[in-house]
Amino acid sequence: MTMADHKTNKDQRYDRQLRLWGDHGQEALENAHVCLVNAAASGTEILKNLVLPGIGAFTIVDGHRVSGEDVGNNFFLSSDSVGKNRAQATTELLQELNTDVSGNFVEENPDRLLDNDPEFFHRFSLVIAVQLEESTCLRLGSVLWNAAVPFLVCRTYGLVGYMRLVVREHTVVESHPDNALEDLRLDQPFPELTNHITSYDLDNMEKKDHSHTPWVIIVAKYLQKWCREHDFQLPRNYKEKEAFRQLLREGIRKNENGTPEEEENFDEAIKNVNTALNPSKIPTAVEDLFNAEQCENITSQSPAFWVMVRAVRDFVQAEGRGSLPVRGTIPDMIADSDKFISLQNVYRERALQDAAAVSRHVESHLQAVGKLPECISEQDIRLFCKNAAFLRVVHCRALVEEYGVDTVHKDEITSCMDNPDSEMVLYLMLRSVDCFYQQHSRYPGVYNYQVEDDIVRLKLCVHSLLQEYGLTVNVKDDYVHEFCRYGAAEPHTVAAFMGGAAAQEAIKLITHQFVPFNNTFIYNAMAQTSATFQL
Amino acid sequence: MADGEEPMALDVGSSGDWDGRWRHVQKFLERSGPFTHPDFEPSEETLQFLLETCKILVIGAGGLGCELLKNLALSGFRHIHVVDMDTIDVSNLNRQFLFRSKDVGHPKAEVAADFINSRVPGCHVVPHFKKIQEFDESFYRQFHIIVCGLDSIIARRWMNGMLLSLLVYDDGVLDPSSIIPLIDGGTEGFKGNARVILPGMTACIDCTLELYPPQINFPMCTIASMPRLPEHCIEYARILQWPKENTSIPSLLVLMCLPLYGVALDGDNPEHIHWVFQKSLERAAEFNIIGVTYRLTQGVVKRIIPAVASTNAVIAGTVPSRENTALFAYVPLNNYLVFNDVDGLYTYTFEAERKENCSACSQVPQKLQFPPSAKLQEVLEYLTENASLQMKSPAITATLEGKNKTLYLQTVASIEEKTRPNLCKTLKELGLADGQELAVADVTTPQTVLFKLNFTS
Repeated sequence: MTMADHKTNKDQRYDRQLRLWGDHGQEALENAHVCLVNAAASGTEILKNLVLPGIGAFTIVDGHRVSGEDVGNNFFLSSDSVGKNRAQATTELLQELNTDVSGNFVEENPDRLLDNDPEFFHRFSLVIAVQLEESTCLRLGSVLWNAAVPFLVCRTYGLVGYMRLVVREHTVVESHPDNALEDLRLDQPFPELTNHITSYDLDNMEKKDHSHTPWVIIVAKYLQKWCREHDFQLPRNYKEKEAFRQLLREGIRKNENGTPEEEENFDEAIKNVNTALNPSKIPTAVEDLFNAEQCENITSQSPAFWVMVRAVRDFVQAEGRGSLPVRGTIPDMIADSDKFISLQNVYRERALQDAAAVSRHVESHLQAVGKLPECISEQDIRLFCKNAAFLRVVHCRALVEEYGVDTVHKDEITSCMDNPDSEMVLYLMLRSVDCFYQQHSRYPGVYNYQVEDDIVRLKLCVHSLLQEYGLTVNVKDDYVHEFCRYGAAEPHTVAAFMGGAAAQEAIKLITHQFVPFNNTFIYNAMAQTSATFQL
Repeated sequence: MADGEEPMALDVGSSGDWDGRWRHVQKFLERSGPFTHPDFEPSEETLQFLLETCKILVIGAGGLGCELLKNLALSGFRHIHVVDMDTIDVSNLNRQFLFRSKDVGHPKAEVAADFINSRVPGCHVVPHFKKIQEFDESFYRQFHIIVCGLDSIIARRWMNGMLLSLLVYDDGVLDPSSIIPLIDGGTEGFKGNARVILPGMTACIDCTLELYPPQINFPMCTIASMPRLPEHCIEYARILQWPKENTSIPSLLVLMCLPLYGVALDGDNPEHIHWVFQKSLERAAEFNIIGVTYRLTQGVVKRIIPAVASTNAVIAGTVPSRENTALFAYVPLNNYLVFNDVDGLYTYTFEAERKENCSACSQVPQKLQFPPSAKLQEVLEYLTENASLQMKSPAITATLEGKNKTLYLQTVASIEEKTRPNLCKTLKELGLADGQELAVADVTTPQTVLFKLNFTS
């Protein structure tokens, strides 16, 4: 197969996902190397959902030997895997899912690696740990935090799923918000837009042109009229907006009998008055970025994201006159082709101009820290400007802070537990079974004969946990009983759910598109509910 | 998690199982707990029931289907049937993990069944490379639960109708043993949903038809004379230019969306797509529209829905829990789950409520209100455009002068031609009377829907 054939084949194979994250997202995926610690079912399900879309490479670290139990709940083990090293056995069956992906394994206990070669983990884009004991998890978390490698912890415990994201700073340019407001600038039209609007003479147009004038023009024209009659104030409240709508209604052409004609573009204008009058202001989330320390102090170490944030801030204070760069897109609207395209071009060209201005600011900052302007491409700057209103930065604090007695998020835990059946109780139970493991070197209720006695022991763990952190909350006995019932089982269906959820978060981290959760996700497979907490 | 304690060789018992195989599942079936359903009794027999007796039907062996088959097999279900009428395409391979490049062109159901049967010993998946409509009640009646991973609302509704037709009423009381639970899942990009339907008891697919908004089509005048978006240019090439260059039927009939003769545009044929792409570019150039790409062209022509492995994994992962609910015939309070992981992860469950006058499950006679001067065309439009009915190509018959008369039928070309003139006739002209019953058949339901015609003044 030639290179071109291979590319076409890949385009076809990945077509359905390329429509979600684009070729550049796919490229990021194909350049990534993910490490999985523990090839338990939850882990192999995660990897399956990364191998299928074409992750560059994966490496599994696992010292366990495959048991009969493992084969029972893991799709990537077969009956002749028993006794083999689990990393090796699962790598074979995961690898064959996609020959574009490079699969590797290390037959080693993560604790051993942390003892002898912690820098082993520095090479990865992301480390995912599954079904990992608390002590090892905290050790690994520490190493990865210091190396600024993102860490995703995932576990399936009976009918409960858990994920924790640990990342110092994760920036997102393309968050792809579901319901984005349009950037039409009708409240503060830029000069080219004003000129364009002025070029229309609604009253003296032919009927055909009148009915096919974009609603944006119509609203803009009538806003001009309104402002002249209202001391240059835009319609502010419901009453004024209604009056404005009435003004628009009166603008509809009438036939010889005085009845209004069918002018769908005017109907659109009236329907869109609220949208049109949305103030073009900078979202608070973006203002926060402007005020951040990383934006204020641009150094040669500053990631491209922050250089661009700073450049946009500079733009806002200068050429932008308090506004972000124009986005450059408009929604479809009833209009003839010419009028629509020429209106669209007005916005498009302004967006290009604004992006060029931002580019100049980027250049001057790069120069000031001794870097070449080519470091940040025009394409990246334009993409950044287009998404300026949707920028997101996520910080998920270190595990050591979550576990620290002085730094635990007591208020979050306590207020959630106002409802004793909140998913928060499942988090507390997971922490409690970890305490149990520390004390007894096993999880509660693994064997039938242990269940009854372990309920008592687990309850003690719950108490000591709550005491240690000074949490005055009530953990119902039912949950203690339930977690003993689980016997640390990993039912495949819950593992499969978590496999999908975690894999998507991993893809978000690697592609820097869409927004990852922050920072703890709990899935209750009994009730089929979920919650996200910041711990 | 035991380490190094298991025997080196797999000791396969007489049942084909090995030690510890079902340990993860057993804890839930053999141990009681504070949150289990009121009817649940822990027992070693439940596992045996799952393994030996329970029969499940999976409809669709695509993105959801593959995940479902895997989940069911690893949860202990051994007797599984799978129905899928499709063959494997390259673009399936990013998520339909039971298929490989070498399988392209082969039936999905068969390849999926083979893979599961060889990977999960003892599991016996029976494939059916068929349309769901090719089976009748006797086939569906044999299953304890039916799980759908379909990509078509029409197919869902048909399945829904089929299970409703299996219900038995004794003196107006529903016989619970005639209920076959239906679990339905769907995904689109990063969004998905899963619901439990107990036919005759809970909301059915048609009860919540408004949750599926009708597909948006661009207005014809925009496509024909006022394109603004690249999509408009593509639709122009697809709807207007293609038939012109590939048939000899005047475009007026195209606009009426009536069946044509000639080479149909095949979205899976790269040459066809390429043709549409070129024509779209020309059209776009005429109007200074940018943005027509091959990918967009394909997307518009095939109405492609983006899809990834992870969303399918999540939704399929919720299904077996819904099955447990269904297995114990426990009326679920929150029977409808939605999921979205665009921004963080979001799930929400609610109770979809039955519609009092649901055309599928309510047994309330459906009404049609029209003046006698209304044309049959208007009735046809109502049946297709009404949000609660959303029929696709309804066939209308009535009993006139003691005989069953087809008033209009679209799906057979010769009958369509013969009955087409009726569309322009008024209901009075057709001989219909006030209070008359009209029987409507449609691809969205296996049973005819009866409507009562009421004349308005």
